[in-house]
Amino acid sequence: MGVEGIGAPVARKEDRRFLTGKGRYTDDMTAPGMKYAVFVRSPHAHARIERIDVTEAKTMPGVIDVLDGEQLLADGIGNLICGWMIHSKDGSPMRMGVWRPLADKTVRYVGDAVAVVVADSVAEARDAAEAVIVDYDPLPVVTDPVQALRDGQPQIHSEAPGNLIFDWEIGDAAAVDRAIAGAAHVTELKVLNNRLSPNPMEPRATLGIYDPGDDHYTCYTTSQNPHVARLVMSAFYNVAPENKLRVIAPDVGGGFGSKIYIYPEEIVCLWASKRTGVPVKWTSDRTEAFLTDAHGRDHVSTVQMAFDANHRITALKVDTISNLGAYMSLFSSAVPTYLYATLLSGQYDIPAIHANVRTVYTNTAPVDAYRGAGRPEATYLLERTMETAARELGISPAELRRINFIRSFPHQTPVIMNYDAGDYDASLNAAMAAADVDGFAARRAESERRGMRRGIGMSCYIEACGIAPSAAVGSLGAGVGLWESAEVRVNAVGTIEVMTGSHSHGQGHETTFAQLVADRLGVPIDSINIVHGDTDKVQMGMGTYGSRSGAVGMSAIVKALDKVEAKAKKIAAHIMEADESDIVVEDGALKVAGTDKLVPWSQVALAAYTAHNLPAGMEPGLKEGAFYDPANFTFPAGCYICEVEVDPETGKTTIAQFVAADDFGNIINPMIVEGQVHGGIAQGIGQALLEGVHYDPDSGQLLTASYMDYAMPRADDLPSFKVSTSNTPCPNNPLGIKGCGEAGAIGSPPALINAITDAIGNNALTMPATPEKVWAAVQTGH
Amino acid sequence: MAKITMTVNGRQVAGTCDDRTLLVHFIRENLGLTGTHVGCDTTQCGTCVILMDGQSVKSCSILAAQAEGSAITTIEGLAQQGELHPVQAAFNAHHGLQCGFCTPGMVMTAVDMIRRHGGNLDEGRVRAELEGNICRCTGYHNIVKAILAAAAAMGGARQAAE
Amino acid sequence: MYETNYHRASSIDEALKLMGSSAEGKYLSGGMTLIPTMKQRLAAPSDLIDLRHIAEMKGIAVDGRTVTIGAASTHEEVATSDRVKAVCPALCALASHIGDPHVRHMGTVGGSVANNDPAADYPAAILALDAMVVTDRREIKAGDFFTGLFETALSDGEIIIAIRFEAPERASYQKFANPASRYAMTGVFVARRDAGDVRVAVTGAGSNGVFRHAGLESALAGNWSPDAVTNVMVDPSDLLSDLHATAPYRANLIKVMARRAVAAA
Repeated sequence: MGVEGIGAPVARKEDRRFLTGKGRYTDDMTAPGMKYAVFVRSPHAHARIERIDVTEAKTMPGVIDVLDGEQLLADGIGNLICGWMIHSKDGSPMRMGVWRPLADKTVRYVGDAVAVVVADSVAEARDAAEAVIVDYDPLPVVTDPVQALRDGQPQIHSEAPGNLIFDWEIGDAAAVDRAIAGAAHVTELKVLNNRLSPNPMEPRATLGIYDPGDDHYTCYTTSQNPHVARLVMSAFYNVAPENKLRVIAPDVGGGFGSKIYIYPEEIVCLWASKRTGVPVKWTSDRTEAFLTDAHGRDHVSTVQMAFDANHRITALKVDTISNLGAYMSLFSSAVPTYLYATLLSGQYDIPAIHANVRTVYTNTAPVDAYRGAGRPEATYLLERTMETAARELGISPAELRRINFIRSFPHQTPVIMNYDAGDYDASLNAAMAAADVDGFAARRAESERRGMRRGIGMSCYIEACGIAPSAAVGSLGAGVGLWESAEVRVNAVGTIEVMTGSHSHGQGHETTFAQLVADRLGVPIDSINIVHGDTDKVQMGMGTYGSRSGAVGMSAIVKALDKVEAKAKKIAAHIMEADESDIVVEDGALKVAGTDKLVPWSQVALAAYTAHNLPAGMEPGLKEGAFYDPANFTFPAGCYICEVEVDPETGKTTIAQFVAADDFGNIINPMIVEGQVHGGIAQGIGQALLEGVHYDPDSGQLLTASYMDYAMPRADDLPSFKVSTSNTPCPNNPLGIKGCGEAGAIGSPPALINAITDAIGNNALTMPATPEKVWAAVQTGH
Repeated sequence: MAKITMTVNGRQVAGTCDDRTLLVHFIRENLGLTGTHVGCDTTQCGTCVILMDGQSVKSCSILAAQAEGSAITTIEGLAQQGELHPVQAAFNAHHGLQCGFCTPGMVMTAVDMIRRHGGNLDEGRVRAELEGNICRCTGYHNIVKAILAAAAAMGGARQAAE
Repeated sequence: MYETNYHRASSIDEALKLMGSSAEGKYLSGGMTLIPTMKQRLAAPSDLIDLRHIAEMKGIAVDGRTVTIGAASTHEEVATSDRVKAVCPALCALASHIGDPHVRHMGTVGGSVANNDPAADYPAAILALDAMVVTDRREIKAGDFFTGLFETALSDGEIIIAIRFEAPERASYQKFANPASRYAMTGVFVARRDAGDVRVAVTGAGSNGVFRHAGLESALAGNWSPDAVTNVMVDPSDLLSDLHATAPYRANLIKVMARRAVAAA
């Protein structure tokens, strides 16, 4: 590796603009004549709309127009949809209810948009929004997914009787039941996975600009995948054909999944811009974000894990109810199915697995992918069960895991996934050494002398990244392919632009991707520009989620670089009158191997564009594109160990240490990878200790609608983390990369809860482990 | 309407706005300095932190009219002659930012923290001092590291975080 | 935020006049509670009268053991006042944990006391220190000042100018913060005077705001030690229950915080 190449901890190129206040986020964008949108939102969780009266609002100062759902419908704007078809076990397709961008007949959760005000200022728009009169006929409400499935509950969508969206299964139920019947021991657990709000620090925003001269729309938006946004808005929502719609996702201030989806506001602002003839900007406030950003998790599960007399797992049986909220968000159906149940084998050789998943409508915000998306739910369920089983069986948690580790690859699990490579002992051993597990007993004794309780817990996670190959996900119901694209454009002076279909919203692509190119061509990273986030500049691409930008996005760049290099070698060979097969690329030049003959990279580029002296029949120019469709998912895995100290008098938990040992395959920029792990762990600790979305069960009002009630992890809630990596390269992509964006959030919650339950001697604890819950558990523990 | 004059990043500025206009909106919209952000409605996230008369404040919870006559420093005013402030340089060197949205508030907070505590910063104090700033990307690990490094570069903190 | 009219007062007299001529005016000090409340459209004063620039409301004076803190003093000024620290370090510690550094640069003692948020820290100190609330027209004893949730004995237009108290022999404030808001989920201020006169004030827990706990006071008056708290009954029936903490848990926290406060005092 060079100082800027693969493996180097290069300081990020993009930092300067963020550090000097020159980042360009959607809310920073303006357009001539721009006006501001404020949405009128339902204060009811479930109600029929009887009447909307905008007469007074329209006369208020600064108001341009007030638009509602009937007008939107009349203009032919389509319904929001879920793009992943799941069939129930009886073969019937999922029952998707209607989601209008502006509700016209029924509102189904608090925050459902019913009208939009466009005005000269946000303040005036808000004044007018309060003057819009909406007569609601309130309907009964249900927010709990288990309750929503019971008889006699409020019916949320007529398309989904009993609020059941689908009843899906995976695996061999009969084999599992046989194994449980013959087991030496069965561990049973009820597992709740708490609902979370993703909370990227940049709230969602959009600026819709309609240009009547060209009959063309521009949409600035806080998106992780601008091309997907354009595709969906064109193909399904009838906003505009793709060639008439440019989507730009400029700097985006974090996403964590919540900015994958196309929300009503983008659609409405584009439509409103055409209706009003002015550019229309909407910026969410934090309360709106809590109300309307897609939430994550919210599973209720029961699990049975069967063991033989040698402590080997013989079967796993899981029953899960997953709350999808009031509407099916874009990928909501995939999260509790193919991103969840397919990971239930964990790092273990389990001969039989069966999972049944029912998804449910409730009067709550839509639920979709949030960092990890299904895999944290699988890992939490599995790793809480493993720790519980170890306690019941009276053996050490590490030993129980070792007994059951998969050690030969490839390994076909009973739930679709085929693990390609891994070394689970390596990460377990690394984590246990880093955490000084041997010294725990002494540390616990020291804590107890101070009246404190100390506990230690681990979690061995596996996840699947990349979300590919396209044909496979297509056969499982995905509405899109999950490849990635790249174009490498070498300029005449040798500098390079890379157009990538991936999107960076904090991941550092402008640096990492440039390192890849620099490493390959031997040119400085300052001569390389990574271009993303604009459908007019970049070819169709699929964006960033599922930790796919390294494994899939960079692999596409590799493929394009292969083509660029091949052509450059031909040109260099021609210039130096050498054999093409003797040309090597080194230190920014093309050299004839074994000689001192070379042509600088810049000269090859110039030759390609002057085209004065190219091989016969060669086209001028040096620009190549590629689409990469991976052969398999990638399987990052690792071991996390958490040690806590609990104050038994108050229930307050302090994290004494947190260790992460991950296997991400090859790493381009270790500093950035560590940063991804830190952030993921913080979100996982947030889930386990602090965060939880709560609705009032009777009214459906959101009780955690601001940071006053939704506890975000702050600096003093967290320790510094001890992170390390081991490396079994992924055999299925050219870089051997596995992906690192979600691991931290996947592996950490069970480690923390296992630690607290160890400390207090009471296994009955749900997330978030708030001080009161822990205090109450201490009263009934040992 | 309020008539506002203030010194922003060393330059005298003037403008008019509604009495109800928040300082952050005056800075972003009237002055076009969009480095200062808004991330919550409840005075908690700290993406809007600026210096007013030398002290860190949350510009989302102050009216522009309240700041009349004051001296303001925003993130745009920190680097001098293109040279990053030591805090900015440390955030870059230690990967103290990812999406960049909380970063301006974090950097201004760190500048104020180092002004008040200088060499008396350690990891625990830095974490406590960050109570008013939320970051969702970094887990704070590298922010803490960057602030301690900056404090050391600016005159000596006790020790760097791991 | 609804429309409002901002006025900056340079003297108490001017502030009173501005208030008198406003329809539904409100005094604005640091604004760290009022401005967010207005942003949420939960308050709509016609006029805001800014008190931050009134010289008579500034400054911290310590004369012997008599501490007088100007109402416009910021939390940061109180937290870092060496003179206060010399006689009543508990108050400095309390101020240093209000909100966050940025909030402490703006928020003021007077604003906090006048607002009487049931989860604010200062009311517990004022009550336990038996402080005098000095206004533009009278002096109000702490015991008479806090009258309910966000309610005080202040009359219309009355301005707090200063807080005055005699520094106790020992005092400490222990707060258990709400994990989300970081306000006190339960905060206990204990203060002991020479003659075994002990006051224990609790914030964040009472369903009617800050209150003194007679049982804790008498137990500690008889035996100033952490152990004295152990057998005191704290009745949860008058305590708050919310998403973050039930009344029985808060009752537990009152005892734990009281014990720790006595140990730290």
